[in-house]
Amino acid sequence: MSLLEVSGLGISFGGLRAVEDVSFSVSPGEIVSVIGPNGAGKTTLFNMISGVYRPGRGSVRLNGQDVTATAPHLLARMGLSRTFQNLQIFQEMTVLDNVLAGYHLTERGPVWADLLALPSMRRRAAEVRCGARDLLARVRLDKAAEQEAGSLSYGALKRLEIARALALGPKILLLDEPAAGCNAVETEEIDHLIAELAASGIAILLVEHDMKLVMRISSHIVVLDHGQKIAEGDPATVSRNPAVIAAYLGTDAPTEDPAHADG
Amino acid sequence: MTRRMKWIQLGVLAALIVLLPLLFPSGYYYRVGALIFVNALSVVGLVILIGYAGQISLGHAGFAGIGAYACALAPEHLGLHPGLAVLLGAGISGVMALLIGRPILRLKGYYLAVATLGFGILVSMVLTNERALTGGPDGMVVADPGLRDLLRDLGLRLSGGELWYGVSGLVLLVGAWIALNLLDSPTGRAMRALHGSEVAAATVGIDVAAQKLRAFVISAVYASVAGSLLALQNQYVTPDVAGFLHSVEMVTMAVLGGVGSVLGATLGAAILTLLPQVLTVFAEYEQLVLGAVMIGVMIFLPQGLLPSIARRLRGTSE
Repeated sequence: MSLLEVSGLGISFGGLRAVEDVSFSVSPGEIVSVIGPNGAGKTTLFNMISGVYRPGRGSVRLNGQDVTATAPHLLARMGLSRTFQNLQIFQEMTVLDNVLAGYHLTERGPVWADLLALPSMRRRAAEVRCGARDLLARVRLDKAAEQEAGSLSYGALKRLEIARALALGPKILLLDEPAAGCNAVETEEIDHLIAELAASGIAILLVEHDMKLVMRISSHIVVLDHGQKIAEGDPATVSRNPAVIAAYLGTDAPTEDPAHADG
Repeated sequence: MTRRMKWIQLGVLAALIVLLPLLFPSGYYYRVGALIFVNALSVVGLVILIGYAGQISLGHAGFAGIGAYACALAPEHLGLHPGLAVLLGAGISGVMALLIGRPILRLKGYYLAVATLGFGILVSMVLTNERALTGGPDGMVVADPGLRDLLRDLGLRLSGGELWYGVSGLVLLVGAWIALNLLDSPTGRAMRALHGSEVAAATVGIDVAAQKLRAFVISAVYASVAGSLLALQNQYVTPDVAGFLHSVEMVTMAVLGGVGSVLGATLGAAILTLLPQVLTVFAEYEQLVLGAVMIGVMIFLPQGLLPSIARRLRGTSE
């Protein structure tokens, strides 16, 4: 059974139908990519799935449970984690603290234990600290652990976001353009990391502009244009689809009504 | 690393509290010192609210008012010991903060500032107008908690100034210890995280509204205890303790010293408490000075005094 099931999802802003009737599903260990030209509604789709926006239509099911319009922090408890296209880093915290914040659900306890620094709190904090350092090593940021996050380079921040999202121990991970702004070497690293995560059984939903990356690692691709799904399938099928080529290369679709062509 | 920082900061604070009296030319300065510590205590509460969680309150004096008048009213009307009245005031303040914060903190933006502004004015008006109960603008006498007599019976003779210097200093140390504990705890991390990015905090499972509420309630309790201490040491309260100017004073102290730093908060409180004492001419223009300090800090030292100095000492030019 698929882990994430999106059916008929849609939202309008004002009169604009930003996303309309999009359906697909993601299974554990699968990498599903959402592609499409700028403004196609990819990030909006992510925001609806992750509870940041409330969908106008359709439903999202996680593990068979209806989670449409569930608050993000509750989705996190159910194993859904994400990164952001425009970085959302806790800038004034250290790199390590950023990842530790990702362990919030594991390390949290009664507030008085935190206020009084009771041994139970220190034990909880110490337990996740090891895991946090391992995660940082995994994204090659272990040496920067004590630095203020705001001082890192763009590519490093991208990796930090992934580490933070992994701290949650997610069943499904939504990655919004993880390779944007990264150089070839960094992109390849992210490529390996994503493949590793999928191999470990995490379901991955990916938005990415780097077509080479998408074609290489995706098991399934969903193509959006003007908020609608215009194609889906495995990378080979999608890359041959005329509607996809038209959307990307801007060829006029042959559906235009000739009666209004000279309006 | 951060745990060591915590004990260094507490050590510095403790050393200052113990050693400063060596420089006091007269007993009067114990009073000033006690006032600084009381102000610092409420400002440390604001460090948790503003510095950690990034929320603004413009009515924290309202909670100080509740704490102060709890110490004035509870012994007289309920026969409660003044010491217990401090706890009662703190409890009432906490519950009030919970009731105000719960609906407000679900909203994004600066609604808390507006709501607390209204709350502070409300408390101040009630205290001013309920003459029968509170004595109105003239204020009322606060019963002596008998701490001095108790210590004398134990063989420790202290002047009123010395006693309250010690008590306020001790409570400030405890308050600073709690705030520093929180800083490096799961709850503190959650608060700082939502300060950095609410949407990212939510996606790692942090209940943003609940954590903001925690910070607000905790800081309200700080302000309330500070208000109580003020009432007990002055043995007198007036509605000024809950006034809008007092709220602004607290925020200015926090911003001046460094809103994310417990030691900075104490420094800010010390400077703005001393200023009117040293330069009596300022007493007349306190609001003007507060405004000027606020603007100056925002322009030249947006991090606040202590963090800016620390940064300069470390030699980083950022």
